[in-house]
Amino acid sequence: MFIKTISIFLFFGVALGLACSGQPVGQSNGSTSTSGGAIRLQGSGSTFVKPMMDKWTSEYGKLNPNIKIDYQSTGSGAGIKTIQNQTAEFGASDAAMTDDELKQAPAEIIHIPVVLGAVVMTYNLASVKQPLRLSPELIADIYLGKIKKWDDEKIKKENPDVQLSATDIVPVFRADGSGTSDIFTDFLSKTNPEWKEKIGRTKNPQLPPGVGLGGKGNEGVMGQVKQTPNAIGYVELTFATANNLPTALVKNSSGNYIAPSGETVSNAAAAMSSKMPDDLRFEITNSEGAEAYPISGIVYVLAYKDQKDATKGKSLADFLWWAIHDGEKFVKDLNYAPLPAEVVKKTEVKINSMISGGKPLRQ
Amino acid sequence: MAQTGTIGDKVFRTILVIAAAIILVIVVTIIFMMVWNALPTIRNFGLGFLTGREWIPADNIFGALPFIYGTVVSSLIALVISVPISVGIAVFLVEQAPKKISTPIGFMVELLAAIPSVVYGLWGIFVLAPFVRDYLGVFLEKYFGWLPLFQGRLTGIGMLTGGIILALMITPIITAVVRDILEVVPTQQREAALALGATKWETTQIVLGNAASGIAGAVILGLGRALGETMAITMVIGNSPQISASLFEPAYTIASVLAANFADATDEIYLSALIEMGLVLFLVTFVVNAFAKLLVMRVGSNIKHA
Repeated sequence: MFIKTISIFLFFGVALGLACSGQPVGQSNGSTSTSGGAIRLQGSGSTFVKPMMDKWTSEYGKLNPNIKIDYQSTGSGAGIKTIQNQTAEFGASDAAMTDDELKQAPAEIIHIPVVLGAVVMTYNLASVKQPLRLSPELIADIYLGKIKKWDDEKIKKENPDVQLSATDIVPVFRADGSGTSDIFTDFLSKTNPEWKEKIGRTKNPQLPPGVGLGGKGNEGVMGQVKQTPNAIGYVELTFATANNLPTALVKNSSGNYIAPSGETVSNAAAAMSSKMPDDLRFEITNSEGAEAYPISGIVYVLAYKDQKDATKGKSLADFLWWAIHDGEKFVKDLNYAPLPAEVVKKTEVKINSMISGGKPLRQ
Repeated sequence: MAQTGTIGDKVFRTILVIAAAIILVIVVTIIFMMVWNALPTIRNFGLGFLTGREWIPADNIFGALPFIYGTVVSSLIALVISVPISVGIAVFLVEQAPKKISTPIGFMVELLAAIPSVVYGLWGIFVLAPFVRDYLGVFLEKYFGWLPLFQGRLTGIGMLTGGIILALMITPIITAVVRDILEVVPTQQREAALALGATKWETTQIVLGNAASGIAGAVILGLGRALGETMAITMVIGNSPQISASLFEPAYTIASVLAANFADATDEIYLSALIEMGLVLFLVTFVVNAFAKLLVMRVGSNIKHA
């Protein structure tokens, strides 16, 4: 009898498992319920944009006390997943969704650029005072393990005045899937055929065995560069600025060595904005502008064009409108770069295209 | 089933059966769900998943061997360092230390167990990694550099540092359990041994012999935590999927790759590969535990014969 009882439970367990696995994740809209008259919007995704989102949601909350926006930093990939599964009103990603990812969504998702960011090369070289100058070839060779020592002839050639010693270079990369890696590898794929062939553009770059150390998150890479003499790593600009770490000047497509800053990142987007497609999905890496920082990227908010709930949809559209206009004044304080005017114009069109029940949400 | 007569007993028994069954249901459901979700990679790669050495998610190449290696080796390093220390602390607390000392030390050991693993990880990056790079690693390279274990680029981040962090994390667990086990060894045994003219060391040997299976159990508990530890080791092991003889080189564990990539895996096959990794961790834990149980049985029977 005892065994029988247990086997019945086992049966239910398996049945339960089957039932669970058959159901797609995120059908419920528990997190998005309206309570007590206040409108709650839920967003998740890019960790990079988290400080910006926090500032925006708190400032916007002051102006509109009845709207409460929560943003969870779960990573760009997770942001894409939540919007595909409709578990949040909006997602945020450092990289535009791919065609495949868009196909997996039940309805049309639009990309709304909100802010720009840069991936910077930071390093731990105690004896080096002036910023290093790095060309895409140097960066690729270091991360492919072809340049192993800091005093390599190729590095010296671009940095004739810098005192470099014969120490091993320790490249640090992102071990978790990330938009930062996507921007970094996209830049190197565009500028270096060998990189394109061996590693390519990816959120999960796999360096040749034994070449580098992997850190989790921008903080992880930061921590390892800070703690390891002779290390070099790539992180988002905000993290290097906040930690007072040196950033290298990177050679752009016009042959100029450019320091990363809000301005040079905006330049990168401005120089490319005429090439921006209608769906606004594009890259600003290796931008053509003479004063453009080449490893730059766009942070997108992802939302459904046709919003199920008109009230929430309107709140979301209004919030995004505010973010790219009035909200831009908070951008520089947090070391992000604002969208150039031409991109703002195109984004306005995109926000105004949001509908619910066939009616436009704004106007 | 034995007749008990009262309804109360039946209700009580039913509640207990339900409680026991829940654990079975949970285990079976978890395994089932994982196998179900891992099916795409199981179908695609079969056993090659376990023996593959390359892990390139962008090209849908998934080989789990470097991760299995990293998990097992880092845990082994942890055990090699931690077991002698833990048993030493426990023996000292129970057999040697006066109460005035043993209480505060026991308290400190328990305090160590309560530190969150992310704190261990941060401490690992900022304190342990530089120490390994500047002192321990240099020492090992100088005197034991003829072993392939201690050759190569010394960055402070890698398998050795990962193993040491794990050792620190499992020491309190093993110590606490071993202490409790030693405490229940009857005092008469110690008195008998001492009465027969045994020294303190010989008495301790007898006590340890009798507690052997319990100690092995404690080690398995510690091993379980080491195998599954995620946050701290992710921060110091270097997260590079490679199999290298050198303990200075970075490695990667199964738990780390799950923690680092699970949230970002949008691709179905990638997600499936990660879930199969979870299944592999399950399997590795199971095999290691079974092996340890066998060991305990061997040790147990040896003592009876002695």
